[in-house]
Amino acid sequence: MSRTTPPISPRLARDLARVTNSLGGAPLSRREALRRSVYGSAGLLLCEPFALRAEPAPPPAGGKAKSVIQIWLWGGPCHIDTFDPKPDAGRDYTGALDGAIETNVSGIRIGQLLPELAKQADKYSLIRSMTHGNNGHETAAYLVQTGRTSERDVFPGLGAVVSYFKGYEAGYSGLVPPYVVLTQPQGRFSEAGFLGPRYKPFATGGDPNAKVFAVEGIVAPGIEEARQRERRKFLGRLNTLGGALPGNAAIQTVVDSETQAYELILGDAGKLFDLGQEKDEIRDLYGRNTFGQSCLMARRLVEKGVPYITINYQGWDTHKQHFQIMNRKLPELDRGLAALLTDLDGRGLLDSTVVWCTGEFGRTPKVANESPWNGGRHHYGKVFSCLIAGGGFHGGHVVGASDAKGEEVSDRPVYPADVIGSIYGQLGIPSDAPLPHPQGTPTKVVPDTSEGVPTGGLLTELV
Amino acid sequence: MNPARLRPLLLVAACGLAWEAAGDGVHPVFESGPVAPPPGKSENPSDELDRIVFAQLDALGLKAARDSSDAVFLRRAYLVTIGTLPREDEARDFLASQDESKRVLLVEHLLSRPEYADYWAMRWADVLRVKAEFPINLWPNAVQAYHQWILGSVRENKPYHQFAQELLVGTGSNFREGQVNFYRAMQDRAPRGIAATVALTFLGERAEKWPERKLDAMAGFFANVAFKPTAEWKEEIVYFDPNADRDGLHKDAIFPDGTPAKLDPGRRDPRAVFANWLLRPENPWFSRCAVNRVWTWLMGRGIVHEPDDFRPDNPPSNPELLAFLEREFIASRCDIQHLVRVILNSRTFALSPIPAQDTPEAAAQFAHYPMRRLEAEVLIDALNQITETREAYSSATPEPFTFVPEDVRGIALPDGSITSSFLELFGRPPRDTGHQSERSLETNAAQRLHFLNSSHIQKKIEASPLVSRASSDDPAALAEDAYLTVLSRHPTAEEIAEVRAYAESGATPGRALAADLVWALINQPEFFYNH
Repeated sequence: MSRTTPPISPRLARDLARVTNSLGGAPLSRREALRRSVYGSAGLLLCEPFALRAEPAPPPAGGKAKSVIQIWLWGGPCHIDTFDPKPDAGRDYTGALDGAIETNVSGIRIGQLLPELAKQADKYSLIRSMTHGNNGHETAAYLVQTGRTSERDVFPGLGAVVSYFKGYEAGYSGLVPPYVVLTQPQGRFSEAGFLGPRYKPFATGGDPNAKVFAVEGIVAPGIEEARQRERRKFLGRLNTLGGALPGNAAIQTVVDSETQAYELILGDAGKLFDLGQEKDEIRDLYGRNTFGQSCLMARRLVEKGVPYITINYQGWDTHKQHFQIMNRKLPELDRGLAALLTDLDGRGLLDSTVVWCTGEFGRTPKVANESPWNGGRHHYGKVFSCLIAGGGFHGGHVVGASDAKGEEVSDRPVYPADVIGSIYGQLGIPSDAPLPHPQGTPTKVVPDTSEGVPTGGLLTELV
Repeated sequence: MNPARLRPLLLVAACGLAWEAAGDGVHPVFESGPVAPPPGKSENPSDELDRIVFAQLDALGLKAARDSSDAVFLRRAYLVTIGTLPREDEARDFLASQDESKRVLLVEHLLSRPEYADYWAMRWADVLRVKAEFPINLWPNAVQAYHQWILGSVRENKPYHQFAQELLVGTGSNFREGQVNFYRAMQDRAPRGIAATVALTFLGERAEKWPERKLDAMAGFFANVAFKPTAEWKEEIVYFDPNADRDGLHKDAIFPDGTPAKLDPGRRDPRAVFANWLLRPENPWFSRCAVNRVWTWLMGRGIVHEPDDFRPDNPPSNPELLAFLEREFIASRCDIQHLVRVILNSRTFALSPIPAQDTPEAAAQFAHYPMRRLEAEVLIDALNQITETREAYSSATPEPFTFVPEDVRGIALPDGSITSSFLELFGRPPRDTGHQSERSLETNAAQRLHFLNSSHIQKKIEASPLVSRASSDDPAALAEDAYLTVLSRHPTAEEIAEVRAYAESGATPGRALAADLVWALINQPEFFYNH
């Protein structure tokens, strides 16, 4: 079997025609059809009610931003050691990190372990009055990424919503899926909720700092291309069940999915993940560690138009050894994030790319010095910070404030839904755009007060 | 068939060994012959089941598929009964056996296997939402207790009405009385929320499609369910509180069939009154929901489809069949295993996956066996069995962390919150609502990528003794081994020829041949579909 471009199945063609019609566009070429359906294929190829529930969304009006990079400090970073330093609160609060450094924007000071970011404060703004009050990882992570509290339904997170409004149905045509996670998924909270599996992220796995970034499924180390091609043919020859069921829909789904998969394995799209194509100076600039190289990978994805990228940066849940861990991690964060902002800006991409960085909550401003914590910090959902940059958001501003010890919001509370709604706004997704609720309940993309979700208002001061 | 003749066909079909469907040709791999008509009169309930199904097919002018081959029957029976593939030696023995009643004996064997309890507990745990975390939030200790209770009930084949009774009237600690977690495993624990969950679980009806009054009236039976914490971290007592019904909901309680109830919470737990109504043998809602669920699990689609969406405008595809199964179930005192036997020993269950006519109506009338992808947990267990590898599962949140010993199989995982990107990718249900449709059996490109090219799968194949002990000098022996292990059947002459041709092509030196063969077989729809 030498053919590498089998015809599109009648079923796929029909589904694609439906999408094409809904876009009011011309019929698609085979390759474009494949592009639109890789990963999104779940919904297009299947007749399961769950998959079909989410009808393609209307393409949003053009916004300033085209992509989002979410840097998720998983576990909950300490706000007063990062973006909201309190050097005067006393050692019971600051621990050893009792300094704050000036930035290139007068009046804004940040944590002492972030010198590179201090040189770029004109590029980002800091929200110092983030609050939701929840101290459980899972629920807080859900809150920060959906804007909603736990109810009967599980809502989609930002990445899935953006992939719904800006993905294949809205004209995105990359072979790389529209929602990519570097490198490990958070599980269901980062994910599609009731939008269904079609909008789940593609988690790369692997390590971008390794010699070969083995993106799960796309790059298999040790299997050279010739063998890939030979065994693909072998695979086809052994399909006895397929041979017994000509025209069977389930078999056709397999064939179509496989064709799409091979476009990534053997086609050009997979080369995107080859960080060896970057100059050494650039790779060094980002820092030769998993986080730094993830930031570099995120930039490459943005260049290809991928609408939503999450970097899941683990290790911020520091009940013990907090300061030792900060001494190790903050320089990594500082270097990688600063390099990302510089590089995006230098390439003219920062204006069209939102970068936001926070975790599910902050950490207790008062250090837990007692045994067994011996200098740790616990979960703190009452106050935390968020860095936001690019995509049309102004840099060089501070939104809200916490009190002298970072324990209470003292000015302009900002709730997760406010940040989420503001990001959607920059992408051209209106706050009242409808989401396809499984029971047909009218549901807006951003919760409003009628749902009992608190709000401090959208970030109008930054746009 | 001469393999050389196949090549041109492949270019057209873009998949696999084509089969010439000449005349009444029985497929040599998947079929054994025409299906025998059921006897006109028989005491055997499986015959009666077939008589009803085939009569309906006749009436609709539909033709039944042929009888499956022994290999297909073996694999199918294993998968639906114990969620596990036959081992290579088990497949070999069964295929070699000349015993005329070997299929009946196989069913009995499978019902006695320990995996039976694991697998059916997994199915019930989906329905009963066994999950530590958001949005169910049972908490790990309670998950263990709940799962143990379900597992124990399945293992002893507890009569289903007793199973339901214990769930409905449970009282006590969530850590000690596992079944009380039924009332905790729902997102809305207010009386209306409980009533909606009970309706979904035991009536197979979706309260959101009811008139609002009907749900309000059923809520009265659950207005005295109360919860209280103890000094133990996350322990919760579920109990009957005569004074809990502050809104007086019990005064307006009406059974779902429209009969008003006279409740006196001061004297009797209204839940018990409801259970009494529900579990009367003459109550058709209870048993039809149960038998339809079991039928769906074994046959791949419901007589009423979806199995948890009973309503007047979603009628059964074969009412007589549903009624027969109900009678059989009630007469056996709600014996689930009896029902499994009746269905598995029928001709209907053993029909070939190759349709006589490939129409939606034929599928809805069970004229052939429907193909569907293996469930996520079954799939990973099958891969692990084939490659003799293991999987590490854990749950990092909520604390205390849950670590699962590496020999625990996917079907035996108690907690729907256990982290596993494989299970996520292959559609494990989130267990948020208890709907059957939460479990996704779709096939998509991301899954194909994972199977075709991930390091996860590649490492398993390379670690597999099937690969490491293989000798590349004897492609036929290798094919025999690999086919029996992965597909539970012998390879055909054509397939052996393909393996030999691949070996001789030099595409793969040494052990890579075995690795590529195992890879090619686990990537066949014949492997990842139950057919």
